[in-house]
Amino acid sequence: MCLRKPKVTTTTKDKLQTKKEQLAKLKLTSDEYSKIVELIGKEPNDVELHMFSVMWSEHCCYKNSKALLKEFPTKNKYVVVGPGENAGVIDIGDGTRIAFKIESHNRPTAVEPFQGATTGVGGILRDIFTMGARPIAILDSLRFGDLNIPHSKFLFSGAVSGIGHYGNCTGIPNIGGEAYFYPTYNENPLVNAMAIGIMETDSIVKSGANGIGNAVLYVGAKTGKDGLGGASFASSGLTDKSHEDRPAVQVGDPFTEKILIEACLEAFKSGYVVAAQDMGAAGLTCSTSEMAAKGNVGIEIDLDKVPIRTTSLTPIEYMLSESQERMLFVVKKDSKAELTKIFTKWGLDCVQIGEITAGEKVIVRHKNNVVVDLPAKSLVNETPVYKREAKEPLYFKENKNFDQDQIPDINPEEVLATLKKLLASPNICSKKWIYSKYDHQVQTNTILKPGGSAGIIRLKSGTIEKGLAVSLDGNSMYVYLDPYIGSKIAVCEAARNISCTGALPIAITNNLNFGNPEKPEIYWQLQESARGIKDACTELDTPVTGGNVSLYNETNGVDIWPTPVIGTIGYIEDTNLVIDHSFKKSGDAILLLGKQKPEIGASEYLYLKTKKVCGQVPELDIDLEKKVQLEVRELIKRKLIQSAHDCSIGGLFVTLCECAFPNELGFKLNPQFSILNSRLDAQLFGETQSRIVISVSKEHLHGVESYLKESNCPYQIIGEVSDRSIEIKSINLKAETNELKSIYDGSLTKIFSQ
Amino acid sequence: MKFSVITFPGSNCDKDCVYVLKDILKQDVVEVFHDEEKLPQGIDCIVLPGGFSYGDYLRSGAIARFSKIIPSVIDFANKGGLIIGICNGFQILCEIGLLPGALTRNKSLNFICDEVYLKVVNNKTPFTRLYKEGEIIKLPIAHGDGRYVSKDLDKSQIVFQYCDKDGNVSERSNPNGSINNIAGITGSTLNSQFSTLNSINVLGMMPHPERACENILGSEDGKRLFESIIENVVYK
Repeated sequence: MCLRKPKVTTTTKDKLQTKKEQLAKLKLTSDEYSKIVELIGKEPNDVELHMFSVMWSEHCCYKNSKALLKEFPTKNKYVVVGPGENAGVIDIGDGTRIAFKIESHNRPTAVEPFQGATTGVGGILRDIFTMGARPIAILDSLRFGDLNIPHSKFLFSGAVSGIGHYGNCTGIPNIGGEAYFYPTYNENPLVNAMAIGIMETDSIVKSGANGIGNAVLYVGAKTGKDGLGGASFASSGLTDKSHEDRPAVQVGDPFTEKILIEACLEAFKSGYVVAAQDMGAAGLTCSTSEMAAKGNVGIEIDLDKVPIRTTSLTPIEYMLSESQERMLFVVKKDSKAELTKIFTKWGLDCVQIGEITAGEKVIVRHKNNVVVDLPAKSLVNETPVYKREAKEPLYFKENKNFDQDQIPDINPEEVLATLKKLLASPNICSKKWIYSKYDHQVQTNTILKPGGSAGIIRLKSGTIEKGLAVSLDGNSMYVYLDPYIGSKIAVCEAARNISCTGALPIAITNNLNFGNPEKPEIYWQLQESARGIKDACTELDTPVTGGNVSLYNETNGVDIWPTPVIGTIGYIEDTNLVIDHSFKKSGDAILLLGKQKPEIGASEYLYLKTKKVCGQVPELDIDLEKKVQLEVRELIKRKLIQSAHDCSIGGLFVTLCECAFPNELGFKLNPQFSILNSRLDAQLFGETQSRIVISVSKEHLHGVESYLKESNCPYQIIGEVSDRSIEIKSINLKAETNELKSIYDGSLTKIFSQ
Repeated sequence: MKFSVITFPGSNCDKDCVYVLKDILKQDVVEVFHDEEKLPQGIDCIVLPGGFSYGDYLRSGAIARFSKIIPSVIDFANKGGLIIGICNGFQILCEIGLLPGALTRNKSLNFICDEVYLKVVNNKTPFTRLYKEGEIIKLPIAHGDGRYVSKDLDKSQIVFQYCDKDGNVSERSNPNGSINNIAGITGSTLNSQFSTLNSINVLGMMPHPERACENILGSEDGKRLFESIIENVVYK
């Protein structure tokens, strides 16, 4: 819709009305408009106003979350680049630097799942290689609706195909992730993709421009009309009409991305590139203004020089297009010819569209007219910051009074049937249906494949090889029921998964997926969650190196559960030490590190049993958490244990099954095990935190026990690994491993063949 | 000996092949870009690596066939040179016509990444001489278009078949619906009717031997394939 033409008799009131309508459409408030006028000293023209619309959107400027994000710890001895750049960078010694970050593509996936998910992967990969790092792994965190609803199946299978399509074609292994299915995500699914890269250039390529007179190069794919205003689309709620916004969804081309990766890395190594930024959210608008603002310089570009794949574009379309696989470079004067050679070799456009100027302004020309003349910092640094009203929601208060004693304990004869139900739950069952569609072996570095605690890749060196462990976690049911503790648990669980492989968790990236922050209850969730992440990260010394915020995840006014997703990266000196979660040999002892507590709240078991989301989130004793993780890493380092697995969703019984399945072994629990003075369901299916199941060969059992005693780490021997069957004598339970394994392995396939 | 690994735009296993040949097997490797017209001097074996050449948007391998380097590759083959095409490389070999048949969409219509068992049906080839006949090996697969079909294939050309871990070749052990559970075939540019160890010089296979050359990755079964080639050339 265009602006109405002014009538001769237009009154001021009419004008105001028109302006109001336009602002509403651009998702700017009148206060924000007044601030813009004040900042730039004039009424913005249409193009400029559109630029503000995207740059001042939550997606680009974090106006609702900035105040909370700045509380996160951001430094430890490993962090080289913290939040604010395209990705965070850590240094793991010997000059090896690793870039990593997570990003969401939720709204696009809700209206066009394949392309939405595809471009989510594309965007995060560009963030990584823009720094000069070669992408070496991808992970994905997925939240979809109830799979009994055909629309959820459509969205989910589309997104999985999209993620696979992009990662497979670009040749980057997908080494892990997580997927949960709850009705809260029926209309508003979440797709968060994380990427990891290894620096190939001597110096990290940053995005701040410098050098007056340096050339501004446009490289990569041509600009089209796709993804127009994607950033502001991504910063508003979904409605019944959201499918009309499909043009705001970008279209991905992984082939172009693959050659763009090769060409860019080659270009960065040439030493001619001064700064680089990908054209993702808000396209040319964001890249030009951010590069100028960060470098305290100005930038001038000519739109007529921008390669396009259509006959013509308006200045607004040029500036707002989010066409994929495009980058903006600032390069040394006179290096254009050399760089063009590299891009031509790869069949990509490389065109000078402008230059760096003094004066800190963004100037855009189109057909010899100046169509934009704005101070760069007005778009980037002077963005609004809102600290909104927070209010504890009613459901939270009510749930505090939940009394688990009103839920009767499980009958021993119901245990097996309950276990089978849990193993079949899409939230627990094997995710092979997903990850078998992703190439997880390309680049020949994957040591621990998807399906275990964490994914591990080695860093090739020829001698003793270092490894990186990565895990994505975020149990949103916990966070909904208690945003503070739930978020702390998310950080701890991601770290625990890393520790279970033997690696040391060293830093995190996070994706905060929340509802509409203008509602006090939602802002409260965000605030509490951020506080939980801050506290846990401080305790575990895993600072936040960056991430993404996705707000307004609401459909027709109904918000999703608060869903922070934590991506933790860990490091291990020698990959030969790495262990996985699988039991290795019949006769090995099974030990549980940590403490058993009579908790059933917020568990998948309680959810299946009551069909309700309720109960106290498990307690978190951060000192115990740190202790358990430290000792499991130490046991692995001393080569004393065979396997380690984090005890999480589904509880201890599910965890033991997951350990038994890979090698088709079984286990027997000790007769004393269930005679503890507490609920049977809590012991088997409760989700008490800070517990790790380890298996130990007979020859090392004594050593392990004396080590754990000496170091004061709580543990108990709960049973032993056996052949092919699962047994708890005290409750007369016996089942064949293969039968249970086929339920666990086949559940998603079954759901999708119905 | 000297290998040459050819990179097309969109190849993504080229570096993996170079790594295995150079760093694990300590051989000379020359990397060749698709837009070159001539192969370097003294090449003993060409590797066409996996990936998505030109995005494989039209048909896997269909555009790569028109690359500038391809006439030299065909010429090399016609002179009896050894060529191995892995995954996308196999698809390209079929498109070029150095091997019969075609690789079509997997029966499930999905991309599949997994580890599979293969039966070495023929060990009388320069690519498989270090395996035992009938040996069961484990290699990774990762492809969307791996369903081999052909009207012209001679059974003697089958070199690898998908099987289960006990060696049973059945529909259950066929991941993609290939005819005869075919995972790999050989060809001879000299006389495709009567292939012998001396005349077989082309191998196409969907599984990735280069991803199974180190125990830390889960299998070393792919290593002997490259070692066979080396032994063949160095000691022939």
